[in-house]
This record gives sequence, structure tokens and C-alpha cells, in this order.
Amino acid sequence: MLITNTVVDDKSIEKYLRQDRLPHIWCPGCGIGPVMSCFLRAIDRAELDADSICVVSGIGCSGRVAGYVKLDSFHTTHGRPIPFASGLKLANPKLNVTVFSGDGDLVAIGGNHLIHAARRNLDMTVICVNNFNYGMTGGQVGPTAPFDARTTTTPYGNFESPFNLPYLLAASGASYVARWTVLHLRQLEKAIAEALLKPGFSFIEAIGPCPVVYGRMNKEPEGLDSLRYYQEKSVIRNGADPKDAGIELNGPIVVGKFVDVERPTLGECLSQVTVRAKQKSKTKTGT
Amino acid sequence: MTDNQALVGEFFINGDVACAEGAISAGCRFFAGYPITPATEVAERMSLRLPQVDGTYIQMEDEIASICAVLGASWAGVKAMTSTSGPGFSLMTENIGLGVMLETPCVVVDIQRAGPSTGLPTLVGQQDMMQARWGSHGSYEIIALSPSSPQHMFDLTIEAFNLSEKYRVPVLIMSDEVVGHMSEKVVIPYVDPDSLVERRRPSVSPNEYLPYQASDNLVPPMAIAGEGYHFHVTGLTHDERGYPVMTADAQDKLIRRLVDKIRLNKNDIIKYREFQLEDADIVVCAYGITTRIAQFAVELARNDGIRAGLLQLITIWPFAEDRIKELSQQAKSFIVPEINAGQIVFEVERCAADRAKTVLVPCMGGSVHSPENILTAIRESVC
Repeated sequence: MLITNTVVDDKSIEKYLRQDRLPHIWCPGCGIGPVMSCFLRAIDRAELDADSICVVSGIGCSGRVAGYVKLDSFHTTHGRPIPFASGLKLANPKLNVTVFSGDGDLVAIGGNHLIHAARRNLDMTVICVNNFNYGMTGGQVGPTAPFDARTTTTPYGNFESPFNLPYLLAASGASYVARWTVLHLRQLEKAIAEALLKPGFSFIEAIGPCPVVYGRMNKEPEGLDSLRYYQEKSVIRNGADPKDAGIELNGPIVVGKFVDVERPTLGECLSQVTVRAKQKSKTKTGT
Repeated sequence: MTDNQALVGEFFINGDVACAEGAISAGCRFFAGYPITPATEVAERMSLRLPQVDGTYIQMEDEIASICAVLGASWAGVKAMTSTSGPGFSLMTENIGLGVMLETPCVVVDIQRAGPSTGLPTLVGQQDMMQARWGSHGSYEIIALSPSSPQHMFDLTIEAFNLSEKYRVPVLIMSDEVVGHMSEKVVIPYVDPDSLVERRRPSVSPNEYLPYQASDNLVPPMAIAGEGYHFHVTGLTHDERGYPVMTADAQDKLIRRLVDKIRLNKNDIIKYREFQLEDADIVVCAYGITTRIAQFAVELARNDGIRAGLLQLITIWPFAEDRIKELSQQAKSFIVPEINAGQIVFEVERCAADRAKTVLVPCMGGSVHSPENILTAIRESVC
């Protein structure tokens, strides 16, 4: 209840919350709530009109964000918030579209959509809460789980290598890539505000605790244990080469803004297509 | 052709192109798709035409992304379509279910080829007919139409958009490779935008708006993104507010309405065409390209003095069960030719019950029936 009261008492964001949906479903110590709060504060920080904002989520704990925000919000299918959001944005370029989901949803089942949206430089913001596992289904291994991490489906340790998300997104063509933990609330809020205003594809990885399942199996049984780990092991390196941002179990977490570049957005390129199509159709009629 | 206007006139075009032109005439301004034989020409035509009319064409990374982008575009207030064939249709089915659950108007075109799996990519099939009905998990009703010529592709694509806007449901155009690839004369009339059906929009203020509060015809008015309604929609079972409710009661209320909005309006939705049925005691029941061969077979049978007739199913789902039940009072038998190992025949058999015999004339795909196939079945029914 402490978390719920804290959220409701925050006047700056309560206008963006569906009060009649609270308390939320997230476990004590979960990192998703703080990331959502940062996103809601970032709306004001970026001075955006709430009517223009769409939030699209997939399935999973982070996928529930769409249900708590008092904005036009869409809770879609597992892995598919990015293509759904792509349709929203392409059909109405005036919308400011944010995809809010988790690592399993966005990077495993939805991984193809993630890299293609970045490649297209589609003007949207993707906030990926990375808790290294599938929380809602009880803590199975995910595509960002560090090598050797214990999960309910890697009882002998994770035998796969994880994605380094900033590296993946930078290589795919994202215009803006940042990573922060939920210990870095100020930086996270600022990064989300920047991303919301940034033309093109913006990706923010927000690392957060999942004490009830992932944490319990990896010596971080309380949310505070994870925060202590972030405090001790986070290294702020703005502008770092994202290939150096891989995360090993209990190893350092490189945080910061890695990519902030200008590149023509998909919307800008499509406008050119319309101009060309109309020039051509003036000279050639019929079929 | 001028800016922002559909083509008008007579054209010699194939069914895929006619479908694309029908969509433009219906006001479709968003298309997301993925290349697949034999549906690619729909996408190619849309990529040429949509930018001319201030619409958006996008080739997505797969068919799953395509249907999801179509749903998103519809929620941005733009009429949207995708086209595919069997393998892509399989990939789309989960999110057709999302379209049903969110009550999202959109049109999905399936230019059917022979399967299963990769099957015969360039050759005809009518093998996704039950997948159209039951492909997505869960209990639901859907609308599916079956065109039998390029002209029919044009006409039914407009009809599909009108039905999807009226009932807030994905509408499937279950065409096939022959109709998609054959070129015939297509007359494209001027389509008055006022004659098109547009989804009902909320008439109340955002504070009073409940996204899933249904009115008399069970179809709720639909807000679109960016207009200040701050609505929430979810694929989870939800109440009138659009909020998830994980109870059997909420499920019962929602699913009954989603099903009833189609079932109780079936007389408005269902269309079929009849040929020489007045005195027929043998009814050939066909759909899509097979109708054209079936009609020829019926004519041949009539020449032999056999009282045969044709029922062309234009709406496949919801199924024209009332008409088939009626016909089963007068008919001795139903002959059902289809390019599969038996799909729609089971629906006909259900409706005919024990009153009339039902005979399947199967064709496994790769070609259409020969008229003799169907004629033989008609003759055998006489004996």
C-alpha cells in the first residue's frame, strides 16, 4: 500500500493515472512503477499535449502500464505493440506514440519488430523495462538474462548469452539509445523526455528489480538488494560505445546515453513518396 | 484521375488489382502487407495508388506485423487493409482475434492457394475457409466474403469495408488465386463517399464515454486516438469501460455481445445469389471461382432435363443457414464442389440435416474443377 499511496500523492502525475484502476498489480519492490512514474513526469517535462499521446503495450508485467495511464492506451498481443504502434503513428503522424513493455515482449517474441522499427527510424519512443526474466509467468529465462543467471527454467544457470540491448538498437539504426536503472530516476525521466521529443526511433532500456521471482533466485530477494547492486555496480558513461554495454551476472552496468543522432525519419521519407507519387500521377493517368 | 480520387471507368485488370481499387474507392487509406504469392499484386497496386490519394503504404517485416499495423491504423481513424495468402493468413490469425476483441474495423484479403504448408504457392485453393471461421483461438463470430470475379473483387471489397465499419469487426475477403490473377473487364463506378458506411463515433464528452457501452445494434461507438477521449482498450476480457475484468460474468457478457452483434444481424449481412433454383431438386452450392464452373455444370444438367440450380454463397460467414434449411425442404440433394477436401460441405450438411442428401465434389487444389466433375455428381444424384 505504501507504493500505491506514494503514487497517488504525487500531484504531478496523478492526472495521468486511472485512479479507478489502482492499486496496480505489481509486486512490492518491482521496478515497473518507478519507470511509469518517470514516463508520466516526462510528459510534463517535455511539455506535450496529453491528448496527442498514445501508449501501446504488449503482454507481461510491463505490458500492464497501458492499463494504468489515463491516455489513449492500447494493451495488445504478446510481442506486437511495436507494429500496432507503427500503424497508429503512420496513419496519424500527429500522434506521439510510446511503446511501454518488457524485455521478453519486446526483445524475444517481438524482437523482429523492434529491430525493423529502429531500421525504419519510425518516430516513436520504446521504453523497455528490463528485469531479466518473464515475471508474469513466474520467472522464466529471457533474452536479456545474464549468462549463468538462475531462473525457473534455468535451474542450473542460464546457458545462453543475452542481448546487449543498446548495442542491438544502435546497430539497428535507432536515433536515440539510452539505458538507466530505476536508481537513476532523474536521469531516466530526463532521458524519456528527450526521447519523446526526439524525431525518429528512440529506445530506452530501464533496468529494474523483479525481487519476487528473478531476484529471489539471484541473491536479490528484496527490491532494495537490487538497488544496492545498481548503486555499487552502475557506471555512468554517456557516449560510451554500446558494444561495451553488455551485462554479466553481478557485473558492472554501463548506463547513460549512447546514441543521439539525426537521421531522416520514416515519416519524412514517406512525405517524399507522396510528393513523387503526385508528380508522377499528373503525367500518367489511368492504369 | 485527379488527386484524392479513385479511378472511374472500364478497365481490363486482374482480381488483385480490382481489390486494391475497390479499397481505394471504399476510402481505405492505409495498407500494411508482406509479399506472398498470389496476393502480392494487391500490395503492389496499393504501393502505387495510396501515395497518390494521401494514403500510406508500408511493407512490414512479416504478416503478424502487417495485421497489427492495420489494427493500429484503424484506431488512428483510418480505414485499413492487408492482403495475404494461406501461410500469411495463418500468421495473422492471432491478431485477427485481437481485432475481434478490440472491435477494430479492418479488411483482410486472403488470396487462397493450395496448402497445407507451402503447398502450391502459384495455384488455386479454397482451403482456408474454416480457418477464416475458427482460425483465432476463442469463441467469436466473424464476417467473410467470397468473390468470384475481378468485378466481384472490386464490389465486395467496398462491401467488406462497409460491413467492418458498421459492425466493428475484421472482415475477411476469402478470394483465391484464379480470381486474383485472372484479368477481366472491371467497371469502376464513381463511388459517392456519402454512400460509404463510416464507424459510429461517440456523441458524448470524454468524461461520459465508455468505450464498450453498446447501443441498440450491439456495436459501441468508437473513439479514435488523439481526440482527447483517453480511452483504454485491451485484448483481455473487459467491461464497458474497457478495463480488464477477470471473471466468468464479464466474459459471458462480453462474448455474448461480440457473438450476438453478428448473429442477430445476419439478415443484414448475409448475401447469396440464386440461379434456376425455383424448381430445383438438385442444388449445387458453391462459392468463389468454383461458382462459375458450377453454373456451367447446372446449365449442362438443365440441357439434359435435370432440374438443377445453383446457390452461390457470397457471404460465407455468418453462414446462410436459413436459406439452405429452406432449400432442403424442396431439394433432394445438395452438391458442394470446393477446392479442398471438404470444408463448407459440413455446414451445408448440418443445415440440410436428414432432409436432403449432401455430396462433396472435392478438388485438392492446383486447378479448378472441370464442369464434368460437377455434372457427374449432379447426374449421380438423380439416379
